[in-house]
Amino acid sequence: MKKVTQESPIVIEDLHKSFGAQRVLNGIGLVVASGETLAVLGRSGTGKSVLLKLIVGLQKPDSGSIRVLGDEIAKLDLEGLNQVRKKIGFLFQSAALYDSLTVEENVAFPLARHTKMSEAERKNRARELLSAVGMERDLEKLPSEISGGMQKRVGLARALALDPEILLFDEPTAGLDPITAAEIGNLIVEQKEKRNITSVVVTHEIRSARIFADRFVLMNEGKILADGAFDELRKSRNKFVADFLREAA
Amino acid sequence: MRKYQILKSLTFGIREALASLMGALVVSFFEWFGELGLFSRRVAHAIFVPPYEWRELVRQLDAIGSKSLPLVAMAGAATGVVLSLQTRDSLTRFGAKSMLPAVIIFSLIKESGPIITALVVSGRVGAGIGAELGSMRVTEQIDAMEVSAVDPYKFLAATRVIACIAMLPLLTLAANFCGVIMGWLSTTLAQPVSLRYFIENGLKHVTFDDFLPPTFKTAVFGLIIGLVASFQGMRTKGGTEGVGRSATSAVVLCSLFVILADVLLVRLIQVLFP
Repeated sequence: MKKVTQESPIVIEDLHKSFGAQRVLNGIGLVVASGETLAVLGRSGTGKSVLLKLIVGLQKPDSGSIRVLGDEIAKLDLEGLNQVRKKIGFLFQSAALYDSLTVEENVAFPLARHTKMSEAERKNRARELLSAVGMERDLEKLPSEISGGMQKRVGLARALALDPEILLFDEPTAGLDPITAAEIGNLIVEQKEKRNITSVVVTHEIRSARIFADRFVLMNEGKILADGAFDELRKSRNKFVADFLREAA
Repeated sequence: MRKYQILKSLTFGIREALASLMGALVVSFFEWFGELGLFSRRVAHAIFVPPYEWRELVRQLDAIGSKSLPLVAMAGAATGVVLSLQTRDSLTRFGAKSMLPAVIIFSLIKESGPIITALVVSGRVGAGIGAELGSMRVTEQIDAMEVSAVDPYKFLAATRVIACIAMLPLLTLAANFCGVIMGWLSTTLAQPVSLRYFIENGLKHVTFDDFLPPTFKTAVFGLIIGLVASFQGMRTKGGTEGVGRSATSAVVLCSLFVILADVLLVRLIQVLFP
């Protein structure tokens, strides 16, 4: 397991978030070490995706602290937040590709706005990234013309476009067949090894999470019930943890 | 006595429910305007502060302008024909048939052309923007844009608002042109008259004050359509059903606000250009 310190890329303390009367996160504390891949497990609706959206500043916490690469996310203005966001790649559950742009244009989209690359350089970079995820043959296709698994690959290429220090994955293997899910899992491992990126992966699929994760946390009702390597989780005496691992396996 | 008490408590309950419903409606009414105000401020900031999204703006000018042209031209042409058919009979009765070209042209450039154009664009573009941005919202594309450190207010809303403001006056000119030509054609089919005579006669008393303010007031209609449709689209909630709701509400609200704004602008033009 990687060394966890207060200078780690992601440090979360006593995080609370509610939507109306519904309490989604209830005092979450979490530190993700540099280069570590953390899998956040839990049932649907336990606040896993909300946690990712809070990390990247898409939502504001009710209270608590989220420090990403040393910056307190909730206290940043839009300009400051965007500076941090340029260092974060995000793969959405639905891939969230821009449906009016081709596969290549999707990957080049952040490059056109945040780099001084020429159009030719952007194209080359996009092709290089798409080649890394095995999508070099579908450059001119629209997102609606490719499968869900392929969309996830393109989403991953787009998330890597600005060479992020942190990658956040929201259910990267949900809705995919086991082979495609394993391929996406392997891609995450590959990128981790190549680029030493810190990653947080929200998932409820333990099988694919075991491929890429160094550490696991299990959430339920807005709280972290277990935190550690997979074998440590298996030894947990908590009934929910034991039930979840058994059912999910 | 007991019946009376039940009736009384029932009446009281209904009154209470109605009062709370009215209260909720009033609150949501002011909430909507407040949120629209905040949205407009962010869009205004995005419009005036660089960098600018030129490529997306050109795409929107094409989508909103060029692609609305056939529909607007047809609506303008139909208005010209209807004006010719309707006013011809009335003017003949009052012995003022020679005024027909002037009535058609005045009516088109001062009111019919601008309002017909704005309503047609409200329907086509309002629904399009509401549905497109709504769909982007529910499929997390707008979130993806924010996460990529790209301002969706600048990339999506500001470009659409500017394109609407720029294209409405041009589309109005096209509608006016088609209306005049078809008005002439309809007139000349009933009683032959040359196009040159029709236009010269029609434009004899037209000044720039008759032509420019009504044409440029459509830029305000464009601002309303762009802002309201983008706002409705970007606040979409609730999956595909929500997208449908956004598209419908965008059309309804754009049309309503265009008509209300027209009332104010007509009066304002009368005051400023007497």
